[in-house]
Amino acid sequence: MTDNELIWRIAGGSGDGIDSTSQNFAKALMRSGLDVFTHRHYPSRIRGGHTFVEVRAGDEDVRSRGDGYNFLLALGDSFARNPQDEAYYGDEEVKPLSENLHDLREGGVVVYDEGLLDEDAIAELNLEARAEENDWHVYPMNLREMAREHGREVMRNTAGVAVTAALLDTDPAFFEALMRENMSGDILEDNLAVLEDAYERAEELEHTHDLTMPEAEDHDDEQVLLSGSNAIAYGALDEGCRFIAGYPMTPWTDVFTIMSQHLPKFGGISEQVEDEIAAAALALGASHAGVKSMSGSSGGGFALMSEPLGLAEMTETPVVLVEAMRAGPSTGMPTKPEQADLEHVLYTSQGDSARVVFAPANIRECYDQTRAAFRIAYEYQIPSIVIYDQKLQGELRNVDESFFDREPNADPGSVLTEEEIADAAHHASGKFQRFQHEPEDGSNVSPRSVPGQKDGRYLATGNEHNPSGHISEDPDNRIAQMNRRLDKLDDIRADLDEHTSHQTYHGPEDADYGILVWGSHQDTVFEAVDRLNDDGHSVKALGVSDMAPYPVEEVSAWLESVDEALVVEMNASAQFRGLTQKEIGRFGPKLSSLLKYNGNPFEPAEIVEGFETSINGEDLAASNMKYLPAAGD
Amino acid sequence: MSAFSAIGDEREVDRDEFTPGIEPQATWCPGCGDFGVLKALKQAMPEVGRNPDEVALFTGIGCSGKLNSYFNSYGFHTIHGRSLPVARAAKLANPDVEVIAAGGDGDGYGIGGNHFMHTARENHDMTYIVFNNEIFGLTKGQTSPTSPKGHKSKTQPSGSAKSPIRPLSLALTSGATYVARTAAVNPNQAKEIIAEAIEHDGFAHVDFLTQCPTWNKDAKHYVPYTDIQQSDDHDFDTSNREEAQQMMFETENKLYEGEVLTGRYYVDDESPSYQEEKQATGEMPEEPLAERYFDEDYEWERTADSLLEHHK
Repeated sequence: MTDNELIWRIAGGSGDGIDSTSQNFAKALMRSGLDVFTHRHYPSRIRGGHTFVEVRAGDEDVRSRGDGYNFLLALGDSFARNPQDEAYYGDEEVKPLSENLHDLREGGVVVYDEGLLDEDAIAELNLEARAEENDWHVYPMNLREMAREHGREVMRNTAGVAVTAALLDTDPAFFEALMRENMSGDILEDNLAVLEDAYERAEELEHTHDLTMPEAEDHDDEQVLLSGSNAIAYGALDEGCRFIAGYPMTPWTDVFTIMSQHLPKFGGISEQVEDEIAAAALALGASHAGVKSMSGSSGGGFALMSEPLGLAEMTETPVVLVEAMRAGPSTGMPTKPEQADLEHVLYTSQGDSARVVFAPANIRECYDQTRAAFRIAYEYQIPSIVIYDQKLQGELRNVDESFFDREPNADPGSVLTEEEIADAAHHASGKFQRFQHEPEDGSNVSPRSVPGQKDGRYLATGNEHNPSGHISEDPDNRIAQMNRRLDKLDDIRADLDEHTSHQTYHGPEDADYGILVWGSHQDTVFEAVDRLNDDGHSVKALGVSDMAPYPVEEVSAWLESVDEALVVEMNASAQFRGLTQKEIGRFGPKLSSLLKYNGNPFEPAEIVEGFETSINGEDLAASNMKYLPAAGD
Repeated sequence: MSAFSAIGDEREVDRDEFTPGIEPQATWCPGCGDFGVLKALKQAMPEVGRNPDEVALFTGIGCSGKLNSYFNSYGFHTIHGRSLPVARAAKLANPDVEVIAAGGDGDGYGIGGNHFMHTARENHDMTYIVFNNEIFGLTKGQTSPTSPKGHKSKTQPSGSAKSPIRPLSLALTSGATYVARTAAVNPNQAKEIIAEAIEHDGFAHVDFLTQCPTWNKDAKHYVPYTDIQQSDDHDFDTSNREEAQQMMFETENKLYEGEVLTGRYYVDDESPSYQEEKQATGEMPEEPLAERYFDEDYEWERTADSLLEHHK
């Protein structure tokens, strides 16, 4: 935790505009020169229910949610259910305040809307005594009234932002500028009036807190604020993807929506279809006919894609699928993050699987690895899966704009032109040899043709097949085709090793201990590793993105270099640790696990605590995590 | 210049070109109705003027799925029930390719029923042939969605308590713009209907009665049959939805009473195809997408040029 940071939490109910307000807040801070990172917590409900967004801002490399937070703006939940004696949900109206107090830091600031939050309910919270105990500074403000006075009640979010700015002693100009960009007419005028009035009123209050907005100098490069979903979609577009098919499911809907909004402008096609079986099948059909295509879903919908996924493997039809994880099993917790679909994605569908799976850790990796997923899929005629989660899907972070200044690559991969088909191998009957046992140049990839190309006709089938694609159960042919399809994975591993590694290293190279992590918690682990080293520990981290084909050599070398390693992941059965042991086949006694599956992502301090527990051989005090000792311990 | 020179090639086509030299002989049982579909399809090809390299045939799983092994064109033998979603995307990717899908009654009306409904609803410009033999053949004779009520099989030992599905009515209700039934025992009509279905600019559904001499012994060989267009007993307008609906209902009932009615039931030449609808709303390019990947002069758009501005 740096001393100079703001973690602003805006809390209310779903449907109260928490999301858009927090986005603008984050963007304003980014423009002021700060680094920002957001964390969303929301229920699976359209209207009402405990919702908050945190915006963490600091003057340097903000890369994770922080530990707790230090500024609460409690807006009230305008769709709260009425409290009733036996109902399990209690008094929802006061939850924007009551549910958020437990992780407010000492010295923190609380602003709540006294126009919406009931006095009696607040009295029950014992707020005054708790504030004294924790050195909280509480500012009740009638935001609702200010909003009504100048415009409409929904503008209380604007009032809240203005009060925040005043209490943090910061110029509201950046907020005002964003309002002018996003609004017009009376709505703009009313909001500006609310902003000004609320700012002035909050300035007049006696400020008892020390917290201020972190100071920042301008960014060296123009910044853009975006999410992992944006980066996946933009990576796909820059890699020439022009077809997507999908069915809505949280949190996958995000990528599907972004692609659907932009594809028409890029001359592409988006299809919302009847179910996820169809969605994946459509992506295969478009790809078979020559268009770079994708589909995706979250766990439950991805389960329906098992069959088309297997068909893609068997027919060697390139396709990219996205799996946006949420907490399972079954419907699980639709709006909460988890990393428990790793085994699902690696092994679903009958037979020996031949697929590529990348787990990007942050926005940059989402972009890069989605592009890599397309390149590999189309070059090697194999399905590639990008697996990420609800956390990375929704978190916003600033990135240098120049990062995206790349050339597109629409190369359809191992596809022949008609001229090349004319020279390619054909069966005596005229059929194109689409699935040669031993393609030219010693490659395991047999180039394909596309329907409509002269003399390119062949049969694609989910049955085992001979070089022209006709069904065959001949044992020698079977072995040749199986080996060729599976050997592509070795080729892909070698290819990936020749490019910039997808694995990310952090901390002192000669450290004694390691933390191994995959996917969206990587940067949280890196922050924890910095802190541990500052505290005198000797620890480094490795973030792994290649789930399949697994980077055996890279991870082995790294594990060789440490005495012990803690594997951090957000599931209950240590799936990535299991994969690592299966792939490498040793180091079992070195690997222990820190697991979390309560629906809330790790905070850096929790990883620090888990690490210290593991090296000291103590029991974990925190009840929201689980420590799993090494095999044999 | 098109990267797909087979498309629009005006040369004369012979039906024998559609017999694959690599697998010329089908493995269906002697007397199987599936031979009738294969023959009608091959015969229709010279009539519609399509050559093997501009046709893509998508099939499901079962005896009917093997149509792809015995028909010489681009083929995709997909998975059970899923030929339609694979096929319709290929059509969107390259609308110049002639897309035909085929499968059995279990494949299309059972496991793939949802896709049948939605593909018909979207009115893709494609043909869907359903081999309807009222039985699961390749898995050895289980009751299927079109088996009659009371049908006994190893999986329905006391006789099926379910009424059969109404394929023609379902197609019409869902949005198909060409709906016909033909039978393997009526080769001339079959050929004509398949050719019409291919020429139709929209989703054309052909329920093709294909007798199963091995597993559906009690059933009919679908003789005698009546061609409703040739019969004076059935006078109705195929462009009238209500009249078509009534004729379909009667046909579906009669089949299980031993009277085989066949012919065209519904023909809507007015409704735009899905592709036309999507192009009209700007959600589909005018040029086939598949061409773009072969066009060396095409300037691929970059996200950096247009999408980053609103993130600043």
